[in-house]
Amino acid sequence: MTETTHDTIKTPGVFSISFVRGTLFMIPALLIGMGIVSGVRLLMGLPAWNPNAAWTLGALFGTIAFMYGAGTLNDWLKLANGEDIPEHPQAARYKGIARYFSISFDHKVIGVQYAFTSLVLFLIAGLFALIFRTELAFPGLQFLKENATIVGMNGLNFYNTIMSLHGIVMIGATLLGVGAMSNYLVPLMIGANDMAFPRLNAFAFWLNVPAAIWLVSTLFLGGFDTGWTGYPPLSQLAPLGMQLFFLGVYFIGLSSILGSLNIIVTIVKLRASGMNYFRMPIFVWTAFATAIIGVSATQLIGLAFQLVMFERLFGMGFFTPSEGGNPILFQHLFWFYSHPAVYVFILTGLGVISELLPVFSRKPLFGYRWVALSSFAIAIVGFLVWAHHMFTSGMEAYLRVPFMYSTLLVAVPTGVKFFSWVATIWEGKLSFETPMLFVLGAISIFLLGGLSGPPNGVVSTDLHVQDTYWIVGHFHATLFGGFVFPFFAAIYYWFPKFTGRMYNERLGKMHFYLMLPAFYLQSLGQMQVGLLGMRRRIADYDPALGIDTTQLLITIAGYLIGISVLIALYNFVLSARRGEVAVANPWRSRSPEWQIASPAPEHNYDEPFEVVGEPYDYGLEGSVYINMHPGRPAPGVAPLSAEPAAAD
Amino acid sequence: MKHLIAAGILVVLVTVGLIFGMGQIRLLPVAASAQAQPIDYMFNLEFIVIVFLFSLIVVMMVYSIVVFRRKRGDTTDAKHVEGNTRLEVVWTAIPLMTVLAFAYLGSWSLGETTRADPKPLEVNVIAAQWVWRFEYPTLGIVSNELRLPVDKQVLLHLWSTDVIHSFWVPEFRVKQDALPDGGELTRDLRITPNRIGEYKVRCAELCGLKHSFMESPVIVMAQADFDAWVAEQTGESADPVERGQKWYTTYGCNACHSLDGTPGVGPSWKGIYGEQVKFTDGTSSVVDDNYLYESIRNPALKIVQGYQNLMPANVAVDLTDDKINDIIRFIESLK
Repeated sequence: MTETTHDTIKTPGVFSISFVRGTLFMIPALLIGMGIVSGVRLLMGLPAWNPNAAWTLGALFGTIAFMYGAGTLNDWLKLANGEDIPEHPQAARYKGIARYFSISFDHKVIGVQYAFTSLVLFLIAGLFALIFRTELAFPGLQFLKENATIVGMNGLNFYNTIMSLHGIVMIGATLLGVGAMSNYLVPLMIGANDMAFPRLNAFAFWLNVPAAIWLVSTLFLGGFDTGWTGYPPLSQLAPLGMQLFFLGVYFIGLSSILGSLNIIVTIVKLRASGMNYFRMPIFVWTAFATAIIGVSATQLIGLAFQLVMFERLFGMGFFTPSEGGNPILFQHLFWFYSHPAVYVFILTGLGVISELLPVFSRKPLFGYRWVALSSFAIAIVGFLVWAHHMFTSGMEAYLRVPFMYSTLLVAVPTGVKFFSWVATIWEGKLSFETPMLFVLGAISIFLLGGLSGPPNGVVSTDLHVQDTYWIVGHFHATLFGGFVFPFFAAIYYWFPKFTGRMYNERLGKMHFYLMLPAFYLQSLGQMQVGLLGMRRRIADYDPALGIDTTQLLITIAGYLIGISVLIALYNFVLSARRGEVAVANPWRSRSPEWQIASPAPEHNYDEPFEVVGEPYDYGLEGSVYINMHPGRPAPGVAPLSAEPAAAD
Repeated sequence: MKHLIAAGILVVLVTVGLIFGMGQIRLLPVAASAQAQPIDYMFNLEFIVIVFLFSLIVVMMVYSIVVFRRKRGDTTDAKHVEGNTRLEVVWTAIPLMTVLAFAYLGSWSLGETTRADPKPLEVNVIAAQWVWRFEYPTLGIVSNELRLPVDKQVLLHLWSTDVIHSFWVPEFRVKQDALPDGGELTRDLRITPNRIGEYKVRCAELCGLKHSFMESPVIVMAQADFDAWVAEQTGESADPVERGQKWYTTYGCNACHSLDGTPGVGPSWKGIYGEQVKFTDGTSSVVDDNYLYESIRNPALKIVQGYQNLMPANVAVDLTDDKINDIIRFIESLK
């Protein structure tokens, strides 16, 4: 098979790259938005400059201008004008890396764009973490002192800001990482040539770029000191940075809703012939469950943040008791999204685990239907547990016990996954390439995260651990096991698919053997200091708690994790340029994406394949999952028609 | 089958080893309240179940990694096992029953922590950025230290004057947020301290700039010592300067204004009385009684150059004019 050739491949000028164009459009629009606000205020006889209002409209205009400049709206505007647009549009057909910085409707390019942006945000958020871990290595304030000035803030304000940004930027990075995996893999796995709505897909991705810019800009606009949770009244009183934080999250949320919608339609409408729901690769199930949560819960955090923005802009007292509001209401709205969001972060990761285990164990996934349905069970129960974040918040006391019951129920479908994973590798034929190591590491860490949940879910013990480092340890274990480790497993595993080259195995193993023990040290340390009295989100701690040594160890572990990630990035860059050229199916996987060339051709499959068997029948003599050429009979399967097989 | 037996034995050994190991490290602060007992009971139960389940899965995994590794050059697949519905039902049903049992025990222990004594000592806990104030309405005491008699239940009524704070003494185990403005949003917490000693209440809900340092002493005393402290507190000094000095800490002025000349969130009080100060709007004034009174009642009106408008507007709602006068006399005394 020859590689698809493009009709026009050109080397772009700098200003025709979408990222650059978007940014250039954004700046004047920002100023125009600010100008309009100031003008209107002058006409109303108010002082012209109101930073909150000016930046809000400015950022809104800036975002729209970015989306226009980047070219995400072009086809829609043409359609609205009655102009023709190409059937298979390819806005820019650039050579090399410029392709990834420009608009593309190809789900594989968009998947890589998501992954790249995700890794950039990870580095930024990780850097924030190392700064405040350095501060926390010893009791007493080391360098973020009150009289220190960093980017115009005093030390404590800077601490609060980067601690808050660490949280929200990591969440953004995680959502983008989930988007990367879903976008890249779902169409390939179900035999589609692209997502159902390719233009919407590009729009949803590019929306994250201005959103990330607004989030990081908070650092230079006075910061904000509320943590990523943004609880009022604190968030109502916080500096200008708060408003940009709310806007940034708002746009990421919009992107998440649109992306989820796209995934749902793609899975429902574009599956290959013969692929009924219980013959989908298991990853697709988790992407499906994730998208259903994303499309139905994200509105609530958007709403909650919008209400606080209105409080700040117009003085509406939704959450202010003196004006008849109620601060607890915000927490209900916030957690109604933000708890299910945790399952958005982890379900696709769990899908990667279930997807890779059979390949590296040469054995079927144990209890496919149970594993598939457990993802839906987790998603559904996950909607009914939000108030366990509020056991000490002062919400109505009678709500605590019912929410404890619903919360603990999550353990049941999660348990099904663990038992099925162990049963999958039991008596298998295991090999331990880097992706498998990360999968096994992910299971053990997610186990630690899951098992540290019940002390928070049981109300009486939560009265002690709520708002402590125990919680910090718990959710870092959950997210490292449910997202970070599986995400790295996925990058290593599908690396040949998107680069055509193999990663470096030795560097991959170094990454793993450094990251796993460092993470255990960090997480267990966080849990211990939390139980002993270390509160969340503090810049300094009381030496009387007797936790100095553990704090120092947590900081050292944090640095080791940072180093291991740098090794991984070095590996990715090096291998993408000079790695060994990959064979077509290096893992001997049965999954459809490995039956075509690497890197995958532009339109994935040159003819639609047909599903004729089960996805994970490793070890079943003569079994076949897909027939790549439905015109011809598959080996070991009765021909579909009496017609003779077509010659090549 | 032999693999299952071998792995099973290892699970038991590792579980016992880990439970023993966890007994050797410090996991919880001393328990200093009656409420801590049912909570620590639940913690211990949870730790045992956590250790067992962690061992179960990890030992089975490590056993597989060691025993079921693929031989070099072996390209054949493993035995084709698709699943086992009976097993799936078992490992759905057993965890279900376990979590229901935990939820039941959790409800029971929560009930134990909220058990009410008929005649508790009542204390109002008022949180503000970044100080705690404790009012004993029946005793007429206002203090920045929470002093409690041992073995007597205290009923705390918590609220905040600005943002959300959270009352937590790790040794007491229980925690409750204090919500703005009180009234309907006042929340209660019952604690029965049962161990004499000095602890700290630590604000557990992020409350802004100095959240890390929002800690106050909590002192559990023998009843006789507590009575002596009450007697000492209720006798009010006749000297306005001394009273002002007390209000300085009681009402949290000390969070932002130093007495030794170091600038904080607000100007230090040392030697300011009678001095000329400049404001951000370019005007200036002499620091006298009128100016100080105005600055306490309406802090946003004039901001001293070099400072920001950070003093809560409602800082003085609980201060009578007499008390403000005491504070002014105290400032005057700071030469």
